[in-house]
Amino acid sequence: MSGPEQTTITEPETSTAESPSVALRNVTKRFDDFTAVDDLSLELGRGEFFTLLGPSGCGKTTTLRMIAGFERPTSGEIAIEGEDVAALPPHKRPTNTVFQSYALFPHLSVEKNVGFGLKRKGVGKDEIAERVAAELQRVGLAREANRRPSQLSGGMQQRVALARALVNLPKVLLLDEPLGALDLKLRKGLQVELKRIQREVGITFVYVTHDQEEALTMSDRIAVMNRGHVEQVSVPEEVYDRPTTTFVAGFIGVSNLMPATVAGAGRVRLDGGPEVGADTGDLDNGERCAAVVRPEKLTVSLDGVGAEVDGKPRVEGVVESSLYLGTATQIVVNLGGDVRMTVLVPNADEAERQRLPGGGAKVSLSWAPEHMHVVRESPNGSG
Amino acid sequence: MATALRRRSLAYLLLAPGTLWLVIFFVIPLYFMAKLSLDTEIPGTLHYHFTWAWSNYKEALQLYDTQFVRSFIYAGIATLLCLIIAYPLAYVIAFKAGRWRSLMLFAVVAPFFTTYLVRTLAWKTILSNESPITEIFHAIGLAPSGHILYTGFAVIAGITYNFLPFMVLPLYASLERIDVRVLEASKDLYASASSTFWKVTLPLSLPGVVAGTLLTFIPAVGDYVNAEFLGGANNRMIGNVIQSLYLTQSNYSAASALSFVLMAVIMIVVFIYIRFAGSEALMGQEAV
Repeated sequence: MSGPEQTTITEPETSTAESPSVALRNVTKRFDDFTAVDDLSLELGRGEFFTLLGPSGCGKTTTLRMIAGFERPTSGEIAIEGEDVAALPPHKRPTNTVFQSYALFPHLSVEKNVGFGLKRKGVGKDEIAERVAAELQRVGLAREANRRPSQLSGGMQQRVALARALVNLPKVLLLDEPLGALDLKLRKGLQVELKRIQREVGITFVYVTHDQEEALTMSDRIAVMNRGHVEQVSVPEEVYDRPTTTFVAGFIGVSNLMPATVAGAGRVRLDGGPEVGADTGDLDNGERCAAVVRPEKLTVSLDGVGAEVDGKPRVEGVVESSLYLGTATQIVVNLGGDVRMTVLVPNADEAERQRLPGGGAKVSLSWAPEHMHVVRESPNGSG
Repeated sequence: MATALRRRSLAYLLLAPGTLWLVIFFVIPLYFMAKLSLDTEIPGTLHYHFTWAWSNYKEALQLYDTQFVRSFIYAGIATLLCLIIAYPLAYVIAFKAGRWRSLMLFAVVAPFFTTYLVRTLAWKTILSNESPITEIFHAIGLAPSGHILYTGFAVIAGITYNFLPFMVLPLYASLERIDVRVLEASKDLYASASSTFWKVTLPLSLPGVVAGTLLTFIPAVGDYVNAEFLGGANNRMIGNVIQSLYLTQSNYSAASALSFVLMAVIMIVVFIYIRFAGSEALMGQEAV
C-alpha cells in the first residue's frame, strides 16, 4: 500500500488514492488564552509509522485528539485520505485510538471490549466472533477472552486496547503514549511487537510519545514538537544525526551544544574557540547558531594545543567529572561559560582506560569535521 | 503473637460501640416487638399476655391489605419518579457542571436544613386549592376536579420530593467515578452519544441506581408523614395504619404484627430486586 506505484499515466488531481493518509493544514488549537498547537502542517503517508515526539505540554496529544475528533481545531483543516473530517464527530471518523490509560470498558469481558466497535458498526454476529477471535490470537490473548479487564495485568490490558482498536481496520490508528504505564522490560517487548503488527496490517500509525528512544526505534518518520510547533520532521537517522534546531539536538540524545555564530558561507566561529568549516545550510551570515557533536564522536586528549591540527577542530576545557559506565566511560568537559560537552569513550582496553584524564585535568576535545553539525537556535525557545 | 492478639482485640474494640448501639436500640426492641405481636389482650384491661397468637398476623393482613398494596404502589411510583428526575440531574452535576458542581451538590442537600415535617407542611400550601400550581394543573387538565391536595397524586409528589436527595447522591457518586476516557473510547469505537449512554454510562452507573432506589424505596414504603398531611382518607398508607393502631387505638399486638409483615415483605422485594438488578451492578462495581 505504501510502496511507490510505477505508472506512466498522470494521476488525475481528484484521485483520493494519491492523497496523504492524514493531512493537517495550518491547524491551530487554543484553550482560552493558551495556544496548545500553533499553525501546524503535516502530511502522513499511507501505512506510515509516524511519531509525534516532544516533552509534555508540547501539543502532541492535542494534535492526536484533533485527528481523533475529541478536540475541534480553532482554525485549520484536517483531512483523512483526502476527505475533510473537521466537521465529523469521533464516532464517524475512520480512526481508532489506543488510550494512554487503555480506557477499557470495565463492565465488559475482553471479548466484548474488542467486539464493541464492530457491533456499533452493525457487523454480523458471526463475523464479529471470527474477527475478535483472530485479533485476540494476534495479540496473544486468545485464552483471556472471557475475563474482565480488571483481572488482567497492565501489559495484557494494553494488548486488549490495541486489539479493540485494530479489529475495526481503521484507516489511521492513533496511539497516545500506549506504553507509558508499563515497566521498561515489558515496554521493550511491546515496542517490537507493535512494530511487527504495524507492518503486518499496513495501517497508518500516529504514535505519541515523549520517549526519544522509543521514537527512534519504531518510527518511519518523527515530528519533533516543541511549544505547539513542529521543529523538525524526518526519518529517525536524520533527526538523530542531523537535527536542525538546538531544541531537537537537545531533546534527542545528549545535548552537546557549542554556541557559535555564522562566519560567512560554510564557516562558523565557536564562542571562545576556532572558526570551523561546516555546512551552514540556509543560515545567514552573523546568525547565532550552535554546533553539535555527538558524545561518541569526540576525542579527548591531554596534549592538545592550537585550533585546527591535522584538519581537526579542537577546543579546550577542564574535566568536570569522569564516570565509569561499564561498556564506556563518560567524561564531562567544561569549555567555560556554562558550556559542557559529554564525551563517551568505549572501554575497549583497560590500560587505555586507566590513562583517561580525571577531574580537574586540562584537556582538548577534537572531532572529525564531518561529525560536527550546525543547528539553528530554536525559534520557539528551549521548551 | 502479642501484637497480633492486640491488633485483633483493637478491631473488636472499634466494633464495640456500634454493636452495643444496635443491640440496645435494635435487637432488643425487635425481640419485644416480636413477642408483642404474638400477645393477646386481656379483655377490657389494656394489658397483654403472651399466647402465640398467630391470628394477629392473619387479621392484620385481612383488615389492611388495601393500605398494604397502596404503600408499595405509591413507593414504587415515587421511586421511579425520583430516578427519572435524579438521573439527568446527577449526570449534569457529574459531567457538565464544572465549577458549579459544589454549589449544585449543596443545593441538592440544602432541604435537609429544614425539618422533614415543615417541608411536608409547605407542600400542603403548594398543593392547596388556591395555589397557582393547582390552577395550572387544573387549566391543562391534569387536575380535573380542581384540587390536588388529599389525593394519591399529592402523596406521591410529597414522597418524591422528600426522597429525591437520597436518589441524587448515590447516582452522582457512581457517575462521578466513571473515567471520561472510557466514554471517549466508546465514541472512538463508533458509538453515538446515545448508544454510549446506554452501553457504557448507564451500565457503569448501575451501582448508584441500585443504591439510590433502595435508599428511596425502603423508607418510602413505611412513610406515613406524606400520607398524613397530603393524603385523604382514601390515600392512607400502611405507616398511617400502624401509627394509628399504636397511638390512637392502643392495639399494640396488631401494630407489631403489621410492622413485622411489612418488614418481611420489604425484605423479600429487596432481595428479588438485588438478585436481578443488583448482580449486574455489583459486578460492574467490582470491575471499575
